[in-house]
Amino acid sequence: MKHKIEELEDIASQVRRDIVRMVHGCQSGHPGGSLGCADFMTALYFEVMNHNTDFNMDGKGEDLFFLSNGHISPVFYSVLARSGYFDVAELATFRKLNSRLQGHPTTHEHLPGIRIASGSLGQGFSVAIGAALAKKLNKDSSLVYTLHGDGELQEGQNWEAIMFAPFNKVDNLISTIDYNGQQIDGPTEKVLSLDNLQAKFEAFGWHVITSDGNDMDNIVKALHYAKSLTGKGRPILNLMSTQMGYGVDYMVGSHKWHGTAPNDAQLESALGQISSKLSDY
Amino acid sequence: MKKYTYTEKKDTRSGFGAGLHEAGKRNENVVALCADLKGSLKMDDFANEFPDRYIQVGIAEANMIGMAAGLTIGGKIPFTGTFANFSTGRVYDQIRQSVAYSNKNVKICASHAGLTLGEDGATHQILEDIGLMKMLPGMTVINPCDYNQTKAATLAILDYEGPVYLRFGRPSVPIFTPADQDFQIGKAWMVNEGKDVTIIATGHMVWKAIEAGEELEKLGIDAEIINIHTIKPLDEEAILKSVQKTGCVVTAEEHNKFGGLGESVARLLSTQFPAPQEFVAVNDSFGESGTPDELMTKYGLDTINIVEAAQAVLKRKK
Repeated sequence: MKHKIEELEDIASQVRRDIVRMVHGCQSGHPGGSLGCADFMTALYFEVMNHNTDFNMDGKGEDLFFLSNGHISPVFYSVLARSGYFDVAELATFRKLNSRLQGHPTTHEHLPGIRIASGSLGQGFSVAIGAALAKKLNKDSSLVYTLHGDGELQEGQNWEAIMFAPFNKVDNLISTIDYNGQQIDGPTEKVLSLDNLQAKFEAFGWHVITSDGNDMDNIVKALHYAKSLTGKGRPILNLMSTQMGYGVDYMVGSHKWHGTAPNDAQLESALGQISSKLSDY
Repeated sequence: MKKYTYTEKKDTRSGFGAGLHEAGKRNENVVALCADLKGSLKMDDFANEFPDRYIQVGIAEANMIGMAAGLTIGGKIPFTGTFANFSTGRVYDQIRQSVAYSNKNVKICASHAGLTLGEDGATHQILEDIGLMKMLPGMTVINPCDYNQTKAATLAILDYEGPVYLRFGRPSVPIFTPADQDFQIGKAWMVNEGKDVTIIATGHMVWKAIEAGEELEKLGIDAEIINIHTIKPLDEEAILKSVQKTGCVVTAEEHNKFGGLGESVARLLSTQFPAPQEFVAVNDSFGESGTPDELMTKYGLDTINIVEAAQAVLKRKK
């Protein structure tokens, strides 16, 4: 372990403060999914991945991460800044004119840590599989990680990629689904049910593990276990249960905070619930 | 009129296949992806010689474009292969976000473009692809005219860093450009110098423009013929220089008149040197089943249509 679990929890707590402050600062953006994935993203960037903050697009010899559900950019930007890709002060420019921190992640503004634009949903699996194939061709034994929304799986392109990866033994790929059961128009069970996701991925040939994405100890163990499963002929799918809005009581578990910014009083309430162990940007 | 002859006809897609095979030999980073159309795209030689660098994607074009974008991360140079219809309209958002906006070095190689796909009919005959692709910021759009030019273009895009749409076709057409040509992206090829009217043609219409030039010569009209193989970036200097000399222009393309080469030329001339222009292009219509020749005649893309357009535009010239 590079960090104790308590240290990772402190970082995740600071990331949550960043998220609500960024979204409040521009009065737009997506706090719900960002908060739900703060623990996972912290675990990935501070504990699990071998990565180089001196950014190089090709990423040869290091683990790569692709965010498919690009709307949770606040958590991505916060974790990139906090792990050293760019100055945390830049988080204040989120979604503002002339910022490198666009509403959805992009390579277009050359923000270190971003390797592909995302936001139009359902494209992350394909991109990550391509990058994983490039690693195999380059005899590069490092891994490719991804994160996807669960509602995003309603996009058809995902299933083209999900079919491709096991057949072609893309076993250097660890994909995680943010399984929070919420999407913009309501619970996924009411909008378009995903039914039994584990059985679906298993039927396509993935090695599926499950985890609790809001329990730091559990998610770290799950990701280390996922790493131990690589190189065995199958891609790995981490079906990670989370709560949308985790950490802020009035946001927890509600799709209403998918893409809504808190007002001043709500920000104050949220920050009162999330301790700052590092320092705000 | 400069004399052009040919001894052989071949499909432009075979020029792509030969170029891809050569590209694979020249650069070990070249990777080819195919969506279940290996034979149609003439990718067999590459696939046979470089099986580790050939990726059969299955009938899943969206996944193919996304994987190609991902392959560039790690330094690969992916060439995707399927029909033009499935290379563009079907995967527009994937190209827009993962390739163009992300500025990835992906070569989108598209066969069976236009009416000359023939009997399969309108579901497969895309006439909108040039427009779709040229509207994407940073996208280079190339539509070569014969086997040799297509092979040369395939090798030229290997050495160019950035997203490219390379469009070619199914039918056998005369080979009239040199095998050893120096293909320069964005540089027009002067086919014939003339003084009365400029004919600007791309793709399969270039040979028809040459035939039209010979017919016009019999009528005492001296046509300047320019091959624009790169529709974006457009060789504005070559077009302006020619039209400033001749004073009028005919554009010829196997594409809808909306969104194609003709509109790019009109945009240039209207801002820099307004001049009469006639469009030889499909008149905002879908195609249908038929032989390539029958379709080119029915939809007004024949040699005679270029001749008539030249006569019409000359009457409008002041």
